Amino acid sequence: MSFHPHTSSFNGVQGAGALDVSLGPQHPSTHGVFRMNVRMEGETITKLQPVFGYLHRNHEKIAEANSWLGSMPYTDRLDYICPITNNWAYARAVEQLAGIEVPERAEYIRVIVGELTRLQNHTVFLGFILADMGAWGSALMYAFREREKILDLFEWLTGARMMVNYMRFGGVRCDLPVGWLEKARAYVETYPAFLDEMERLLTGNEILLARLQGVGILSGERAINGGLSGPVLRASGVDYDIRKVDAYGVYPRLSFRIPRGTVGDCYDRFMIRLLEARESIRILQQAFAQIPAGPTLNPAVKQRGFKPPAGEAYGRIEGPKGELGFHLISQGGEKPYRYHVRPPSLINLTLLEEMCLGTKIADVMVILGSIDIVLGEVDR
Amino acid sequence: MTALTPEFVLARIQAALPEARVELVPNPSPSGQHALVVDRRDALQVAQFLKNDPELLLDYATNVSGVDYADHLEAVYHLFSIAKRQGPITLKTRTGDRAKDVTVPSLTPVWKSADFQEREAFDLFGIRFEGHPDLRRLLMWEEFADHPLRKDYIAPDDYEYEPTPHGAIVAKSQAHFSSVAHPASSPNA
Repeated sequence: MSFHPHTSSFNGVQGAGALDVSLGPQHPSTHGVFRMNVRMEGETITKLQPVFGYLHRNHEKIAEANSWLGSMPYTDRLDYICPITNNWAYARAVEQLAGIEVPERAEYIRVIVGELTRLQNHTVFLGFILADMGAWGSALMYAFREREKILDLFEWLTGARMMVNYMRFGGVRCDLPVGWLEKARAYVETYPAFLDEMERLLTGNEILLARLQGVGILSGERAINGGLSGPVLRASGVDYDIRKVDAYGVYPRLSFRIPRGTVGDCYDRFMIRLLEARESIRILQQAFAQIPAGPTLNPAVKQRGFKPPAGEAYGRIEGPKGELGFHLISQGGEKPYRYHVRPPSLINLTLLEEMCLGTKIADVMVILGSIDIVLGEVDR
Repeated sequence: MTALTPEFVLARIQAALPEARVELVPNPSPSGQHALVVDRRDALQVAQFLKNDPELLLDYATNVSGVDYADHLEAVYHLFSIAKRQGPITLKTRTGDRAKDVTVPSLTPVWKSADFQEREAFDLFGIRFEGHPDLRRLLMWEEFADHPLRKDYIAPDDYEYEPTPHGAIVAKSQAHFSSVAHPASSPNA
């Protein structure tokens, strides 16, 4: 399908010095195919309109044609940095829809793989935001090196680095392989040292502070009204983490803190990822110690030809990027009547313009980077 | 999270806004998320009340989705309260039919989070959100004529691997592209 620019972004330039610029969709700092129509006076942003849809494939329509289980591997492709949490959100929504119990061991495995996913998402974030500030390469490669070690664990467990297709309704697809837990535990032990190194290299850096502090400030009240979620919401000082609020899975048995920002600027959004990564390590250590033996899949659930009772449910989890929810409607059949994804990456962009107005064009990339989007999820 | 029952919310609405037409529609699913269906003429008023009532404080409208039923379209809102840590409450508004009377009020003035999501429901279902500050397509392109998530949608069949496009499919395809002059997008050009 060819694309026809409906209106040129260069139309309607007003006033002396006003310039409309189309940023993206192939800009390296837009994290994929994302475009912004930006109006500038000099270098100051006076208007910003995001343009979506370059990666749209109507995930929801395809899911309506699939069986319930058939959409599970497709959720991997939403936020492809964090496929396991996408699986988890979908499984949890279906479990709410059909009233399915999950065995204890499976809940622990979900927490372990989910927190490993959060760890690698936040690590990659640290690399990408440095790239957005112009520090191409080094930080990103440091981050990717660590991420690869977690992906190796996922590959061992699921057979795939990223497209894991791991969760099932009422549990997980397979139990942990022999030796996996020890390897994962040993790996997580090394992680604080990596985070310390990253922090030593980055957080006190003068250029980083100058680029992040006081940029893209967002108040907690606006963040709530704009539906922002996850680290971006908490960086604005709002104490809201679905792991605590909904207390799903075995999270109530694990002790962890919810970091919060005080200013709501890019620096808070940067630091909150570092702090959350440290809390994820605490969660992982407790989960490694507590995980019981037992079944990993509810045997009462017929996965193939799965037919949930008629009705609807909205299920959500705290994904690494924010609230990942699924709104599902069943009419008792083998296919969903309606399947809707609540993508945190898209909704966290709602206030992008508000955050960018009055800043310089170079800051737009940093603000966008601090939100942490993945276009597979934004456009679906 | 504190359980907030839709029955309680309904009673609060009826006490404060006795003339508002709100109906509790039970959900047979084990999720127990019963819906409050509000008449579209009262939706904005009810939404304002839900957000500001000190007992409810539903300040966080996380999810908005459209649904296509046989005789009407529906906009579904999932509301939570961050202040009181309660929810979800499912709020629904319905259009009159699927063809002509497809207007419901936009709740974006109440919850900014509905902005992109209402645009998405407009784009994919053709629900017109009256009072939305910027109701444009979100994911499909501006010239696109149809609403792909509707149940009766037929995808335009202009794929290269289709050897013989035929019948209703090719007619639909031609209708899609008749308004677009660009040669690359005409079927089988």
